[in-house]
Amino acid sequence: MTVRDDVQSMEGAGAPPRSNGELVFDSPWQGRAFATAVGLVERLGLDWDAFRSRLIAAVSADADRPYYDSWVAALESLVTDTGLLDPVDVADRAAALET
Amino acid sequence: MSERDHHPAPMTDVERRARALEELLVEKGVIDLATVDAIIDAYANDIGPMNGARAVARAWVDGGYRERLLTDAVAALAELGIGGPEGNIVVVANSVGVHNVVVCTLCSCYPWPVLGLPPAWYKSPEYRSRVVREPRAVLAEMGCDVAADREVRVWDSSAELRYMVLPERPAGTDGLSEDELAALVTRDSMIGVATL
Repeated sequence: MTVRDDVQSMEGAGAPPRSNGELVFDSPWQGRAFATAVGLVERLGLDWDAFRSRLIAAVSADADRPYYDSWVAALESLVTDTGLLDPVDVADRAAALET
Repeated sequence: MSERDHHPAPMTDVERRARALEELLVEKGVIDLATVDAIIDAYANDIGPMNGARAVARAWVDGGYRERLLTDAVAALAELGIGGPEGNIVVVANSVGVHNVVVCTLCSCYPWPVLGLPPAWYKSPEYRSRVVREPRAVLAEMGCDVAADREVRVWDSSAELRYMVLPERPAGTDGLSEDELAALVTRDSMIGVATL
């Protein structure tokens, strides 16, 4: 099993929206967030579960939140927990994008 | 600055968050944009059983393509613009004397660039163990009766090597176009648990 097999076959609590078996992105940023997480997990040599477990936690923390909002929360927790990025830097950059 | 700064609509909070994460990871050299783009392409561009069906239909109408598909499936699939980011794919052909069926006994490796999302039963421990021990019985339970004088070959997929079945062309389809033929090809027939 590779990361992409695991991504492709996600079911249950962390399963992404699909149509006829294919992933559905409502807007381009969702696709980019999706690919960033997949690429990051591959690059770090982690199991997909390192992300998936965070995704499931994020989904269950706020069940009404849109799926890819939870996805981004999971991605942020992965990169800050592993020390790759400083949460303050992420917040600063996000704020700087507002202008 | 890039054209991304000229965003047409105000970004939502989560979109800003997502972009901040991507930008910082790229700037730190953890990931690169080309990789992100390639992953988007791999998932967004028509991954589904129709990819496999197109290859099957082409093989039915073009003997040369059939040979290439059976000897070097990755190259033959690439001719149709079908590509997987990883893993080798081998296509095995059904014939009068042979019926092929695919399983992954260890987990659920699956040729998803050609077949899309695996069906739930493909991952079930029952299918994975029983189809090796008693393939005819499992196939019969799934509505696929294989004649007693026909050999059943079971192909065990792995992360490095995934299999797809080339089903036999149904009788009475001589007048159909390639697109019409592709529409007849089911996912299950390419896993080998159904005939057409």
